[in-house]
Amino acid sequence: MSLTVDDTRWVAHLARLQLADAELATMTRQLGAILDYVTQLQQARTDNVEPLAHPLPIHNVFRDDSPAPSLSVDAALANAPQRRDNFFAVPAVLD
Amino acid sequence: MIEHTAADLLATLRKGDGSAESLTGAFLDAIRQRDTRVRAFLHVDEAAALEKAHDIDARRKRGEPLGALAGIPVAVKDVLCTAGQRTTCGSKVLQSFVPPYDAHVISRLRRADAVLIGKTNMDEFAMGSSTENSAYQITRNPWELACTPGGSSGGSAAAVAACETPLALGSDTGGSIRQPASLCGVVGLKPTYGRVSRFGLVAFASSLDQVGPLTHDVRDAALLLEVIAGHDARDSTSVDRPVPKYTRTLDDPVQPLTIGVPREYFGAGLDGEVEQAVRAALKVYEKAGTKLLDVSLPYSQYAVATYYVVATAEASSNLARYDGVHYGHRAAKHDDLIDLYCRSRGEGFGAEVKRRIMLGTYVLSSGYKDAYYVKSLQVRRLIKDDFDRAFAQCDVIAGPVSPTAAFRLGDRSDDPLAMYLSDIYTISANLSGIAGISIPCGFTKGGLPIGLQLQAPPFEEEKLLRVARMHERATDWHTRRPKL
Amino acid sequence: MADLPYRIVIGLEVHVQLLTQTKLFCGCSTRFGQPPNSATCPVCLGLPGALPVMNRRAFDLAVKAALALNCRIASFTKWDRKNYYYPDLPKNYQISQYDLPFSSDGHLDIQTPEGTKRIGIIRAHLEEDAGKLLHEEGGSGKDSLVDLNRTGTPLLEIVSQPELSAPEEAKAYLEELRLLLKALEISDCEMQEGSLRCDANVNIHVPHADGVAATPIVEVKNLNSFRAVERAIKFEANRQYGQFQSDGKKLGDRGVSKATAGWDDVRGVTVVQRRKEEASDYRYFPDPDLVPIEVDSAWIAEVRALLGELPAAQRTRLQSQYALSAYDTEVITRQGRPFVAYFEELARGCGDAAEAKNWLTNEILQTLNDRKSDVRAFPQPADAIAELIREAKATGLNKQRARDVYAHMVSEGGTAKEVIKKLGFTPVTDEGQLRDIVRRAMAANAKAVTDFKNGKVKAADAIKGAVMRETKGMARTEMVQQILLEELQRA
Ligand SMILES: [Zn+2]
Repeated sequence: MSLTVDDTRWVAHLARLQLADAELATMTRQLGAILDYVTQLQQARTDNVEPLAHPLPIHNVFRDDSPAPSLSVDAALANAPQRRDNFFAVPAVLD
Repeated sequence: MIEHTAADLLATLRKGDGSAESLTGAFLDAIRQRDTRVRAFLHVDEAAALEKAHDIDARRKRGEPLGALAGIPVAVKDVLCTAGQRTTCGSKVLQSFVPPYDAHVISRLRRADAVLIGKTNMDEFAMGSSTENSAYQITRNPWELACTPGGSSGGSAAAVAACETPLALGSDTGGSIRQPASLCGVVGLKPTYGRVSRFGLVAFASSLDQVGPLTHDVRDAALLLEVIAGHDARDSTSVDRPVPKYTRTLDDPVQPLTIGVPREYFGAGLDGEVEQAVRAALKVYEKAGTKLLDVSLPYSQYAVATYYVVATAEASSNLARYDGVHYGHRAAKHDDLIDLYCRSRGEGFGAEVKRRIMLGTYVLSSGYKDAYYVKSLQVRRLIKDDFDRAFAQCDVIAGPVSPTAAFRLGDRSDDPLAMYLSDIYTISANLSGIAGISIPCGFTKGGLPIGLQLQAPPFEEEKLLRVARMHERATDWHTRRPKL
Repeated sequence: MADLPYRIVIGLEVHVQLLTQTKLFCGCSTRFGQPPNSATCPVCLGLPGALPVMNRRAFDLAVKAALALNCRIASFTKWDRKNYYYPDLPKNYQISQYDLPFSSDGHLDIQTPEGTKRIGIIRAHLEEDAGKLLHEEGGSGKDSLVDLNRTGTPLLEIVSQPELSAPEEAKAYLEELRLLLKALEISDCEMQEGSLRCDANVNIHVPHADGVAATPIVEVKNLNSFRAVERAIKFEANRQYGQFQSDGKKLGDRGVSKATAGWDDVRGVTVVQRRKEEASDYRYFPDPDLVPIEVDSAWIAEVRALLGELPAAQRTRLQSQYALSAYDTEVITRQGRPFVAYFEELARGCGDAAEAKNWLTNEILQTLNDRKSDVRAFPQPADAIAELIREAKATGLNKQRARDVYAHMVSEGGTAKEVIKKLGFTPVTDEGQLRDIVRRAMAANAKAVTDFKNGKVKAADAIKGAVMRETKGMARTEMVQQILLEELQRA
């Protein structure tokens, strides 16, 4: 399989990563090589094999619906790159 | 004194010889003298460490009960959140990030009266096997400064090896504790998935990540594991099972003992000197009456491919939050919101992290998810089944940790795939959730440490530590210290 | 609807916030209207290292809703991440359910002019809510502000089959759904506060020479009231008809995909939005921070036992048990379970279901509306109002006086008997006493008596009025009438 620069650009967009043109070319080459390697997975026979997402068979872990303390507004906003009053500020979101 | 194990230091302090403050001072001196060369630490909080040590001394004097690690310095990989103290994950993205909370294991350390001496360097977001992917500095192998300490917990491994701290915590997603332990000649333990809470461990790949100790010897690993292991209601994947007193049974040999030796772990790519040292370690067991059994893990050939799909898929999602909106690096210039996302992330992440985010995004994207992601989860089950079958016949599995000893800095940074392939012996444990440990078992002719890996079924840390201790008691590799 | 040249096909996606105290995956409060960013923690801020833990009550409420909607409960369900970037979603993924929702294949019966209609439910699943974005008005106008209080609030998404065929049916579906969820205390379903939100998938089937053509489906968002749902669907169907006549594009044509439109309530139009290219690539995968849920039959039975009588069954029972009209039953059940319980207690207490219904749907409902409150906060218990109804009947207290007593009971307190006494509404029932009063009134109104005698029947009203004034209205009208006639004839 061969990855094109356009594929890479598309994936970078999905991942919200700005890649310079030079980076884009290197990335395409490196991703292509890794994907070629990963393609060997297709050789493994996996008919009727249940995918394993969790290493351990744990289930039904719950907590009670009882309130726990929240952070103070200042603590919540302490790491905000841009704070406006008691909000996080971002460039206008266009619907 | 700085070359002593934590267990010895604890015994000294309990006897009343010396103080926690002088001990902490000695390690801070060692950091000052050595770390300009080793570069293991990202932040050292001298004042807070000395204050904590002073407080412990005062409490000891008053006869108050003290925790299991009272007065012992512990270094922490900078992937664990520390309240009020910067936690960078070796990334520019989190350069000024100060968590408002402590990771579960940090709370446990504080409760045990450990002295948190500093945060150690790491590959950015724990992605790497050489600690060269840190945005801040390159950590060096205390045995040979031109070589890598391994990674991603290279800072923690190097700090222990360089005697800048007796104990350290790392995290292991595909070998990130065991491989640097092996390359630095220390002990590194990856507990069973779910044994130690991940709460406050900044996620790389959530279904694989686990926190564990890096120490001079197996006794110290048991000591530190005892403190950090156990259920935490804030981590749904943390398992509610009693934690055995590992230190109490540590010196009881496992008898009879069968060690499985997977033939796949001794194939092409394994360095001759490493193989020799590992086989010698197996001989040590054999001499003690252990049965060595040839076992097979046929699907381990797919482990690297499986791992790099599962881990990057999870990572691509885990790292989506670093977008410059609520915390972390925000690009100074941006046209609009999407541009702000792209630039903040483009500027904030290093090359390896970007590569993995890209790979993970790709394997989950529409049209490729079944062929890559879903397929890898199926193979993951086959890999786990391999271990289940093998463990039906043996107590633990032994083999090398890394195909080679420490390589020279810069040697593999141009070839990501070659770097990935060096994880071949460690990543299966993460994919299957089992426990694994690396213990020193020799040196190359060039004086670089070699590690032996032992792996045990889920929640069999007690047995794993006892088996590791059997080797340790018969050898003296763990007592060697580099000259710095 | 029959005169439209097309058939409308509507499927609704409804999101309701569950009535939990805390969020789906952390202990922060879900209370509405807290100061911005004051109900957040490392988990719902999506801080590095924070991990979600599932709220059991949210899951129980969701199962309860699904059972009430006749859904099948999956024995195994899991959490998936839906990945997309948006500033109100701090992790840039939403924890939701993708291929294995906890419930599916249900239905809800609605009332239409043609009778009861069964609407299929494709699935109901749980997910976490996002935060709120405020768009700065004026000023630089360049920033949006993010409030993460709502982030992580448990949401139940209920997806109907595209089986609704009129805007009115969509509204009826939403009303029935709201009634059900409120009755079961699963959600308060306040559209104004966003605890019930609705998106409508709309297209039309246009008959033509070769059969029927279906137009491309449009998802209409930003529907902020049931009325908006009705209006938007009506508008959108008509718009699609116009569009179809001009471009002829059909569902399934090459290059035609589902579009999204926003409803502009002020202008009364739907505005089709530019399609976001990657909108469909959410890269769903199982959330590794959460473990699956296995539900056994014992658990389902436990929740089912808590369901009680559902509104549809309740309506049928009330109609037959109390001989109520369909309309009255609807009025009562629509107010929710506590109201129905109040009605039943009142009916039992006063022994007259019709009277109980009258009092409830007139006076009491009026009071509740005026006070914007709920029957649970109503100051007089059902047996106190029952006593009032009994007393009024027994003493012949007229409707207006009874209403005065009621008003006093509600505002000042007191039992019916006490208030009647206090207001001096003790009825004049002694015939001799009343006859004396009538005679006095006739003496005082001699002209009226003369007029009556001369054939002006109306003149008697003046005398009657005087009697009522004298008795403060506490004489029974029929009795006054009777005595007055006798006395007039005698005069
Ligand atoms: Zn929270």
